[in-house]
Amino acid sequence: MLALDNKILMAIDKPARYIGNEINSVYKDKNKVDIRFAFAFPDVYEIGMSHLGLQILYDMLNKYDDVWCERVFSPWTDLDEIMRKNKIPLFALESQEPVKNMDFLGITIQYEMCYTNILQILDLSNIPLHSCDRTWDDPIVVGGGPCTYNPEPIADFFDFFYIGEGETKYRAILDLYKECKSKNMSRRDFLIEVSKLGGMYVPSLYDVTYNDDGTIKAYTPNAEGVPYVVKKEIVTDMTNATYPTSPVVPFIKVTQDRVVLEIQRGCIRGCRFCQAGQLYRPVRERDVEWLKTQAIAMLKATGHEEISLSSLSSSDYSQLEELVNFLIDECNKRYVNISLPSLRIDNFSVDVMGKVQDVKKSSLTFAPEAGSQRLRNVINKGLTEEDILSGARLAFKNGWTRVKLYFMLGLPGETEEDIRGIGELSDKIAKEFFDSVPKEERKNGPVQIVTSTSFFVPKPFTAFQWAPQNTKQEFIDKAYITRSSILERINQKRIKYNWHEADVSVLEGILARGDRKLNVAIETAYKLGCMYDAWSDSYKDELWQEAFKQNNIDISFYTTRERDLDEIFPWDILSCGVSKEWLKSEWLKSKEGIVTHNCAATCNGCGAGIYNAGICVTHRK
Amino acid sequence: MKVRIKFSKHGPTKYIGHLDMMRYFQKCMRRAEIDIKYSGGYSPHQIMSFAHPLGVGMETDGDYFDIEMNSFSDKEDIMSRLNAVMATGVRILDISLLDDKAPNAMASVAAALYKVTFENGDSFLPDILARVEQFFGQDEILYTKETKKNTLEVDLKPHIYNYSFSDKEFECLVDASSAGNIKSTQILEALYAYCNVAFDKNDFLVNRVETFADAGNDELHNFVPLSNWGKIND
Repeated sequence: MLALDNKILMAIDKPARYIGNEINSVYKDKNKVDIRFAFAFPDVYEIGMSHLGLQILYDMLNKYDDVWCERVFSPWTDLDEIMRKNKIPLFALESQEPVKNMDFLGITIQYEMCYTNILQILDLSNIPLHSCDRTWDDPIVVGGGPCTYNPEPIADFFDFFYIGEGETKYRAILDLYKECKSKNMSRRDFLIEVSKLGGMYVPSLYDVTYNDDGTIKAYTPNAEGVPYVVKKEIVTDMTNATYPTSPVVPFIKVTQDRVVLEIQRGCIRGCRFCQAGQLYRPVRERDVEWLKTQAIAMLKATGHEEISLSSLSSSDYSQLEELVNFLIDECNKRYVNISLPSLRIDNFSVDVMGKVQDVKKSSLTFAPEAGSQRLRNVINKGLTEEDILSGARLAFKNGWTRVKLYFMLGLPGETEEDIRGIGELSDKIAKEFFDSVPKEERKNGPVQIVTSTSFFVPKPFTAFQWAPQNTKQEFIDKAYITRSSILERINQKRIKYNWHEADVSVLEGILARGDRKLNVAIETAYKLGCMYDAWSDSYKDELWQEAFKQNNIDISFYTTRERDLDEIFPWDILSCGVSKEWLKSEWLKSKEGIVTHNCAATCNGCGAGIYNAGICVTHRK
Repeated sequence: MKVRIKFSKHGPTKYIGHLDMMRYFQKCMRRAEIDIKYSGGYSPHQIMSFAHPLGVGMETDGDYFDIEMNSFSDKEDIMSRLNAVMATGVRILDISLLDDKAPNAMASVAAALYKVTFENGDSFLPDILARVEQFFGQDEILYTKETKKNTLEVDLKPHIYNYSFSDKEFECLVDASSAGNIKSTQILEALYAYCNVAFDKNDFLVNRVETFADAGNDELHNFVPLSNWGKIND
């Protein structure tokens, strides 16, 4: 039986989002399991089903005989309206039963702009929005994913947050849950026990006090035995970690409609703006022989016609050449396409890309992030103009004509000259094409460059966590300067310029470094009608502004304010291994434009070595 | 080698649209390691073509698609391999090896048999049942088709080859050719309008029971299931 009747399913867009039943989805007898776990991705099905973490944890939890893990996604706005009107409770895809019947509701939080969708999921499930109002009649609501590295703006809505990689501690949590239930323990006592497992942050167990200026004075545990700092969980042995051989294959076309092979986790590069680069330290590789076997098994179990490598920087994987050559051979036999994102452009990658893509249709991607070498040093982006131009030259000579360039505007210490550098660099790449490819060899047409800028949002656990963010007006002015710097170039007709919306970036900045005082504003925004904020068509900036106003929130406190070096941050209650002292030194070095080498070149003593894993072990002499 | 595959689709999978079903079957071919032929060119694709798209919300016991294979082991083997990788609700019912010169499935479609019941198990109103004969006995059965641009009045009668009615079920054999395709719910809608009863097509569950080719001619039809059309006798 489906939770929605035929009339509803026929009235909404893409009803197959809500029926479950996909290949490799897991069905169990609910009477033969002890724990029902709803795993929610607070966005639409096509986005959520493209998320690797969901596939990993769904597979892992369902390998436990006593657990049935099911999936939950945000109903799209058309169905949302119908469910509210007809009082239909939100359901899990597999059993089609209300989420409220589950023991756990795990919500993965991948980006700040999904916060109102978290409230949508709780609300439609008839689960009280606030942790403090829940009873044992409600599921335990746990959050995970990168945004939990500053969970304070949404702390009131969760019973606890799992900090770090989900593979390590769920078994212990589930066992503890069974034990506590059998002993009739209170919810609070269960959460106190959870906090002692390590990696678990239970917001209700900490009282926060503030200074007169609104900054944090202290975090104080309000129960015995609760840790003072919650240390992230990581998988230390990637090769023997759980990984789905048979991921769920959606019926409808989703964003990531392919086999995803995670070759490594973490990144050796220390780009100072990049949060993922710090959160997932240290870099840990998977064994190449294991990856080969896994790739074939996953292609067989899914029937996908494409395979993609996943990592923060594939070129840094030590066995890349061996893996890619193997995949080219095997995939050619099977008529399977290979997609290779995040490759540095060099002899090897140009050769490989020529084999796996149609040169005429594919494009080269560079992410210089900043327009000048000076600013690239500030952000520690180890990519020089010469790297870019020589890579482009190589690709142009091999027939490529399309280039995508990604930059950020609003980086700390950015000057007008740095911004104008974006137009200058785009122009130099166009010039490189005309210089290196003689007219008679331009069979694929002239060069086409797409230059895109996003607005910089400082994130927790990065060197730039102290940095002021630009105002909306500054962002818009900078996009204007970028555009005119392109338009005044000789090759401007070969360059197309795209920029992001500024108001969303400001909101992302508020939420990213926010504190507990924002919970009420997020709730107000939701009640005013905000939802699907990550979708530009549904983003309503005026409602967000209204929500901040109603709750006397000063936006500049969170965005444009430069933090004092000794300020206590909302996320200082957590640790990702990388120490605050080291980040501080990186912040100071950035101001001097001093670069820091990557982990493969030398150990910089960031602090992630405490995990005794990955490169911290292999590169230890 | 040309091979025709007959399948059924029931339950929740009826909400999967035609294009997604095509993608679904392509993945099935890979999972079952069927020796299907690929097109040439830079991005090769499986040679697969469907007889008649099935609308979202409809079930079938008689839909078809054709594939080309490099080698054909035996029917039972291919069927069991495919059925081992099907989603719940989708079954492979029959496989037939076609003559190389057999026309493709889509071009062969001439008629389809539909069975229409109520989603909730209801029966037809006595008022409707009382007027069925009168309705089908009309010289013309007019139906107003709403297209994006305008409304178009069509006569369904020449496209209805056979029908039967019971309390709970309406069956009809209708034109499904590319030129004259009509839907079973169009007939019902016209009947309801004739009886002045409000109609909602989502009250009904439509099952395509079989798809046919025409071995006869326009004067004298001889409808044969697509699985028997152009088949090499085994």
